[in-house]
Amino acid sequence: MSNKIRVATTSLAGCFGCHMSFLDIDERIVELIEHIEFDRSPLTDIKHCSNTCDIGLIEGGLCNAENVHVLKEFRENCKIVIAVGACAINGGVPAMRNHFTLTECLEEAYLNGVGVDNPMIPNDVEIPLLLNKVHPIHEVVHVDYYLPGCPPPADAFMKVLTDLLEGKEPSLPKDILHYD
Amino acid sequence: MSDSNNQTITIDGREIPFTAGQTIMDAALEADIYIPHLCHRPGLKPHGSCKLCTVDVDGRSASSCTLPATAGQQISSNTTDLNEVRKTITQMLFVEGNHFCPSCEKTGDCTLQAVAYHLDMLDGHFPQFYPRREVDASHASIIIDRDRCILCALCVRASREVDGKNVFDIAGRGSAAKLIVNAPSGKLVDTDIDRDDLAAHICPVGAIMIKEHGYEVPIGRRTFDLHSVAEPGVEPVILRKGKHTDE
Repeated sequence: MSNKIRVATTSLAGCFGCHMSFLDIDERIVELIEHIEFDRSPLTDIKHCSNTCDIGLIEGGLCNAENVHVLKEFRENCKIVIAVGACAINGGVPAMRNHFTLTECLEEAYLNGVGVDNPMIPNDVEIPLLLNKVHPIHEVVHVDYYLPGCPPPADAFMKVLTDLLEGKEPSLPKDILHYD
Repeated sequence: MSDSNNQTITIDGREIPFTAGQTIMDAALEADIYIPHLCHRPGLKPHGSCKLCTVDVDGRSASSCTLPATAGQQISSNTTDLNEVRKTITQMLFVEGNHFCPSCEKTGDCTLQAVAYHLDMLDGHFPQFYPRREVDASHASIIIDRDRCILCALCVRASREVDGKNVFDIAGRGSAAKLIVNAPSGKLVDTDIDRDDLAAHICPVGAIMIKEHGYEVPIGRRTFDLHSVAEPGVEPVILRKGKHTDE
């Protein structure tokens, strides 16, 4: 059991699309699971990374304080951190909110938006505060590898994980390299 | 020396002919040798802004789109070092703008994106600028999204040199440089641009686009799904796509 590569995954300011694309490897996951074991992940019930993770797959950029907290936990506990998908790499479509101020975004969503009842910007302390801007993860922690795409194709997940399992530098052939 | 048809230069070990007055880029394109470039289009005056076409000429770096070919030049272009520098330049262009390909109507037909694929660019490397630039949607059939503009000035040159108009210009200094419209209002609607002008179609990225014609080509059949940017003669294909007459 302990010979298996431990893989942690998370979605920060992501849409879970990268996780879905990972699961698009379909039945190949049966063979993959012979070689890897999931640690903290939306697919498991593990609440925090164990400190023996080999690979951390991070989907989504950083949009709030909790995202930054989780990202740091992954960096501290994973030997290899991989930025997965357009959001983790350059902020992605959520970073289009950077065109506006945070106040403008909150006021549009919670005060002035169409169909808003009982207008009020949520202020409970349990809700993580939004960052002024959305950021890619490499602006906060060191990132070892990048897996582009929105989402990356299932074959790209397979290729990178297979390369790493074989102890090789991951590389993406041109036909599975895209940003869209 | 007197017979201009017999002169040659050597690019990556391949000897190719050139005619007097041709740049290295022109000679290379004619010989189907791809030197990465964004701001150059045959027929328009060279610009020399993107710097992707930088090559090593007899031991010195030079932009192949502006340097005239002279007999006997020994040129390196497709080297690991030069391609690494080109990748870095491409990363700079990506972080300087808001290149969110997943929501861009030019994705798959964008030369900047295709060059990035060609150079195996996986990330932007540098911190994002996240600029806040003005969108001009004033014109009935043409839209400008300056967040994606790479200041190649192809539109500026196409408008002046081919369309016989003077619709665009680059203004401002340093990182504040931006694409402007030559009208007192600064709005595209107040110019004489026409949707059939070359300037409305030549943009290599998603900055100047024809309205209401996004996402018309199925994924898998877009220009760079079918072609590599390095393929000879791919540029006219992109232009035809831009006019939406190919489907």
